Amino acid sequence: MPLSASPAAHTRPGIFIPSFFLENFSILETHLTWLCICSVFVTAVNLLLYLVVKPNASSKRSSLSYKVTRFLKCCIYFLMSCFFFHVIFVLYGAPLIELVLETFLFAVILSTFTTVPCLCLLGPNIKAWLRVFSRNGVTSIWENSLQITTISSFIGTWLGAFPIPLDWERPWQMAIERKYKMCTSLYVCTRHGASHCPQVWPISCTLGATFGYVAGLVISPLWIYWNRKQLTYKNH
Amino acid sequence: MRLGSGTFAACCVVIEVLGVALFLRGFFPTPVRSSSRTEHQAEPPAPEPSAGASSNWTKLPPPLFRKVVIMLIDGLRDDFVFGSKGVKFMPYTTYLVEKGASHSFVAEAKLPTVTMPRIKALMTGSLPGFIDVVRNLNSPALLEDNVITQAKAAGKRIIFYGDETWVKLFPRHFVEYDGTTSFFVSDYTEVDDNVTRHLDKVLKRGDWDVLILHYLGLDHIGHVSGPSSPLIGHKLREMDSILMKIHTSLLSEERETLVPNLLVLCGDHGMSETGGHGASSVEELNTALILISSAFERKPGDIRRPKHVQQTDLAATLAIGLGLPIPGSSVGSLLFPTVEGRPVREQLRFLHLNAVQLSKLLQENVPSYTKEPGFEQFKMSERLHGNWIRLYLEENNSEVLFNLGAKVRRQYLDALRTLSLSLSRQVAQYDIYSMLVGTVMVLEVLALLLLSIPQALSSEAELEVPLWSPVFSLLFYLMFLVLSALHVIVCTSAESSCYFCGLSWLTAGGVMALISALLCAVGSALAKMFADGKFLSKNPAHPKARWSELDVLILLGTMGHVLSLGASSFIEEEHQTWYFLINTLCLALCHEIYRNCFLRDDCEPQQCSHVEEGFVSPAPALQDRSIRCNMLEPHRVSKGPTSLDTLRGYEKWMVLASPWVILTCCRLLRSLNQTGVQWAHRPDLGHWLTSSDHKAELSVLAALSLIVIFALVQRRCSLTSKVAMALGLLGVYCYRAAIGNVLFPWQRDSKDISKGVIEARFVHVFVLGILFTGTKDLLKSQVIAADFTIKTVGLWEIYSGLVLLAALLFRPHNLPVLVFSLFIQTIMTKFIWKPLRHDAAEITIMHYWFGQAFFYFQGNSNSIATVDVSAGFVGLDTYMEVPAMFLTAFATFAGPVLWASHLVSFLSSETSGSALGHACFCYALICSFPVSAYIILVTSLRYHLFIWSVFSPKLLYEGMHILITAAICAFFTAMDQTNTKS
Repeated sequence: MPLSASPAAHTRPGIFIPSFFLENFSILETHLTWLCICSVFVTAVNLLLYLVVKPNASSKRSSLSYKVTRFLKCCIYFLMSCFFFHVIFVLYGAPLIELVLETFLFAVILSTFTTVPCLCLLGPNIKAWLRVFSRNGVTSIWENSLQITTISSFIGTWLGAFPIPLDWERPWQMAIERKYKMCTSLYVCTRHGASHCPQVWPISCTLGATFGYVAGLVISPLWIYWNRKQLTYKNH
Repeated sequence: MRLGSGTFAACCVVIEVLGVALFLRGFFPTPVRSSSRTEHQAEPPAPEPSAGASSNWTKLPPPLFRKVVIMLIDGLRDDFVFGSKGVKFMPYTTYLVEKGASHSFVAEAKLPTVTMPRIKALMTGSLPGFIDVVRNLNSPALLEDNVITQAKAAGKRIIFYGDETWVKLFPRHFVEYDGTTSFFVSDYTEVDDNVTRHLDKVLKRGDWDVLILHYLGLDHIGHVSGPSSPLIGHKLREMDSILMKIHTSLLSEERETLVPNLLVLCGDHGMSETGGHGASSVEELNTALILISSAFERKPGDIRRPKHVQQTDLAATLAIGLGLPIPGSSVGSLLFPTVEGRPVREQLRFLHLNAVQLSKLLQENVPSYTKEPGFEQFKMSERLHGNWIRLYLEENNSEVLFNLGAKVRRQYLDALRTLSLSLSRQVAQYDIYSMLVGTVMVLEVLALLLLSIPQALSSEAELEVPLWSPVFSLLFYLMFLVLSALHVIVCTSAESSCYFCGLSWLTAGGVMALISALLCAVGSALAKMFADGKFLSKNPAHPKARWSELDVLILLGTMGHVLSLGASSFIEEEHQTWYFLINTLCLALCHEIYRNCFLRDDCEPQQCSHVEEGFVSPAPALQDRSIRCNMLEPHRVSKGPTSLDTLRGYEKWMVLASPWVILTCCRLLRSLNQTGVQWAHRPDLGHWLTSSDHKAELSVLAALSLIVIFALVQRRCSLTSKVAMALGLLGVYCYRAAIGNVLFPWQRDSKDISKGVIEARFVHVFVLGILFTGTKDLLKSQVIAADFTIKTVGLWEIYSGLVLLAALLFRPHNLPVLVFSLFIQTIMTKFIWKPLRHDAAEITIMHYWFGQAFFYFQGNSNSIATVDVSAGFVGLDTYMEVPAMFLTAFATFAGPVLWASHLVSFLSSETSGSALGHACFCYALICSFPVSAYIILVTSLRYHLFIWSVFSPKLLYEGMHILITAAICAFFTAMDQTNTKS
C-alpha cells in the first residue's frame, strides 16, 4: 500500500477543550467531569473520522441489520473492555470498594484511548487485534499508528502510576513533617486514623494515559515518515 | 584459573558481604554507653576522695535548686537569641543575658540534628547513634539512664507540655502531660497555644518539681518559610513574653521560699539557611542555651559572653542541680559557672562526681583507658583533691586552702574537658575512610560481575579468572604498595577514630591485597572484553540479539527499582514498586502466553484444525526468542515446539488462566497486610483477623492454610518426610493454640496460655528431621551418581523443611502468605515455566522478584519497627542470642529464602547442565546491583534530613539481604558441585 496522507489524522487531540462552558472547571479539581468530557470528545472525533475517512472501506455493501449488530457488538466490546481495565486496575492495587466511580472512569478513558480506535479500525474482531499487537503483525499504516498510539497510552498509564507513592499534589511541608515526625517518634509510624490527603487516586494515571496518547499521536506519523522505506505490508 | 560461574558468583558475593560489613561499620559508629543501665540507682555515689583523714561526706550533695523549668524551643539557633534578632524581638531575654542573673552558652548539637536524638542527648548526655534504635527494637521508650528517670526515682514530680515525642520516650514518667501532635507543619500557632494554655494554672500551683515545655512553632515556621521570614520575629516575641511570665512567677515564688529556682531556655537543634535541619552546617549545630536563676547573681559590669559548650553538658548540669546522680552514659561535663557561687568544697565535690562518672564510662568503652591523657589528669586531680580535703579538715590557713582549691578546680576542669572530648570523639561521626574502603570493594565486585556476564552465561558456565598471570601481578604489587602507603598516611593523619585503622596491620594488608587483586581482575576482564569486541566487529555474521518484551521488562524493572532507591518516599513505599513490577510481569507473561496460544491459529490456519493437536513450526515470536537464547544460552533446546502445543484441553485452559489466578492471589495478599508508611494505617485483613473478636475465623483460616500447605508440599516428598510434615504442621497448630492465638474446636475460651515451648520444640524436631532427611538424600545422590531422582527429592525435602519452619514462625494470620507462595510456585512451575521454556536467567529473576514481593506481603517494610521480634522466641525458654537472631532473620526474610530454595529445587529437577550455575550468577548479580547502588546513594545523602528515619533502616535491610544472598549462593554452588560430579 502506498503511503498516503497523514495516518494519524483521524484523531485530533482531545486536550484543547474550552473550559468556558462550565463554571469552576479545572482539570485537577473537577477531574471526573474532565474525564467524561475527554472520553466523549475523543470517541466522537474517532467516530467522525472513521465515518469520513473510512480507512478500511470494504467493497461489499452490508445490510442495515449487519451494521446495527456490528455497532451493538462494538458497544458491548467497549463496555467489556471498560470492565476488563477496571479489573486490571483493581488487581494492580486500586481500592476494591471505595472510589469505584473514579476507577471506572479511569477505565473508561483508557478504553477510549485504546479500544475505541481499535473498534473503529478493526471492528469487533479479537483475532485481528491480537495480530496487530504482536510483532510483525501490522498490515497497514493505519494499524501501525493504531499500534503506536495504543501502546504509548498503556505506557503512559503505567508510568503515570509512579508518582502515586510520592507525596504528590500536596504541600511539600506535609511530606517533610510526616517524616520529621517519624524521626522524632523513633522511626515508628503510628499515625492511625490520621486524616488523609485529598483524594488524588486516578489523576496521575489518567494524565499519564492522556499524555501517552497524545505522544502516540505525535510519534506515529513521525515514526511512519522516518521508516517509510522499510515499511512493506503484506496484503491480506 | 577456571571457575564455574556459580562458584565465581558465590565468591564475589562473599567479598561483597565483607565490603558491606566494613561500610556499615563505618556508617554506624558504635555508641559510647555505660554497661549499667537501670541498676545504676543501686550504686552508691562515689565518696569524696581523701588522703589520710577520712571524709564523712559520702552521700550525694543536696539539690541546688528547688524547681526547674526547662523551656525547650524547637529550632532555636544561637543568633535568634544572641544575635540581632534576639535584641530586636526578645528584649527580656536579652536583658537577662546581658545584665540579669543568668549564664548563657552556645550549645553545639551533634549529628543528626533532628528532634528525637537531640532530646535524648539533652536528657541522657550521651550521643545516640542509629544502632541504639536497632538494639531496643520494640520499645520506643528510652531505656538508657537519664535525668528524667533519675528524677522520677528520686520522687520528683515532673510535668510536661509539648511535643509528644517526650511522652513516647518517657512513658509513665510525668505526673501530668499534654502531648501535642504536630501533623500539620503549616500550623505554628495552635501547637504553641496548646502548651501555653496550661502555663497560668501550673505556675500558680506548687505541686511540681520539674516542668518541661517543648515549643514546636519556631521550627515549623522554619520549615515553611525559612529563618528570615517575618513570622520568626512574631514567634520570638511570643516566646520572650512566655519566658518573662515564667521568670517573674518563679521569682515571686522565690521571695516566699528563699530557695533558688532554675529556668533553662534551650533549643534542640538549629535551623539552616533554608529553614530545614538534619545536616551539619554551623547554623544547624549551634543552639542557644541560657540558665537563669537568682543563684547566679552578678555584680554590675560583669560581662559574660556566651561560651561554646556541648549540648550534652546540660544533662550533667541538670543532674547536679537537682541533686541526682549523673546519667551513666553521659559524655558531658558540668557547666561550671552554675556551681561557681557554691563553697569550694562543694564545687570540688561536684567536679569529682562528674569526673568519676566520665572516667568510669571511659574504662567501659576504651580498652587502653589508662593511657588516655584525660584519665591521667583525673587521677592526678583526685590526688590533689584528697590533699585539699585533708587540709580543709585540719582547718588550715584559708589562703593556702583557697589557692590549692583553685588549682584543684583547674585540674578537674581540664580533666573533664579532655575526658569528654575523647569520649565524644568515639561517636557521631561518619567514618569516611572505612566507608570508602567498603564501597570500593563492593563496586569492584559489581564491576567484575558485570564484565563477566557474557562468559558466565555461556554454555559452559565457566570463566577464566586471571589471578596468577604475571603481567597483572606487577600491577598488583604496584597497587598494593600504593594502597598500603595510602593507608599509612590516612591512618596517621586521621583525627577522629577510624575502625579500619584500628584493625591489625595484617588484616588491613589483607584487605588492601584483596582490593588490588580485584582491581587487576577487573582490568583484565576489561582488556579481554575489548579484545572480544574487536573480534565480534570483525565477524559481521554474528546474529543480532533481539530482546523479547519480557527481557526488556526485566531490565527496565531492575533499573527502575534501583533508581527509585534515591527517593525517600519510594523507599518507604518500596512494596508498591515490587507489587507493581510483579503485576506487570504477570501481564507480560499473559501476553506471551496468549500470543503463543492464539496467534498461530490465526497466522497458520492451515495447520490449526484443533487446539489440542498441536503443530510443528514455532511461532515467529518464538523464533526471535530462540535466536536470542542462542546468543545467551545455546545449549537450550530451542528448535523444538513449545510444549504449549502438546498440552491437553484442560491444561491449556489452565495455562491461559494462570496469570490471572496469580494476579488475583497477589491482590488478595496485598490486602492482607498494609505496609509502608502512607497507607499503613488503612484497615487490612490482617488487623481484622488478629482482633480478638475474630479468633474463630482466624482459627479456621489457620487450619485451612496448614492443610493446604500440606497438600501442596507433600506431593514430591518421600513417605517419611510426608509423615513428619503432617505431624509438624499439626504441631504448628497446637503451638498457636497453646499460646492463645487460635482455638481448638472443643475449646470454648482460652484460659490457659503458656509459652508453648514444648509444642514449638516438637515442631523444631520435625523441621530438623526433614532437613536431615533431605541432606542425607543429597549426599546419597552424590555417592550413587546415576540416581537423579533422589537428588530432586532431597532438594524438595530441604525446601519443605524450610516451609515447615516458616509455618511455625509466621503469625497465624500470615499463614495464607505461605499458602499463596506455594500455590503460585506450583502454578508457575506447571503452567508457565515448563510450557514456555524460559531460560534459567529469566526464571531466576522472576523468582527474585516474587521473593521480594513476598517479603513485603508478609507485612515487612523498610522500617525497623515491622521486624517481628517474637519469632525469635519460638521454642526458646529464655532469650538466647544466636538462635533468636537466626529465627528472627529467617522469619523476616522467609519470602526471598523460600523462593530462592524453590528456584534451586526447580532448576535441578527440570533442567540440566549449566542452569544452576547461570541461576546462581544471575541471583548474585541481581542482588548485588541494588546494594552497590544504594551504598553510593546513602553516602551521597548522608546529610539528608531523613537519613536516620528512612535511609539507614533500609541500609540495614540491604546489608542483611546481601548476607542472606551469600548464604543462598553458597547453597547454589554446593548443589552445582554435586551436579557436575554426578
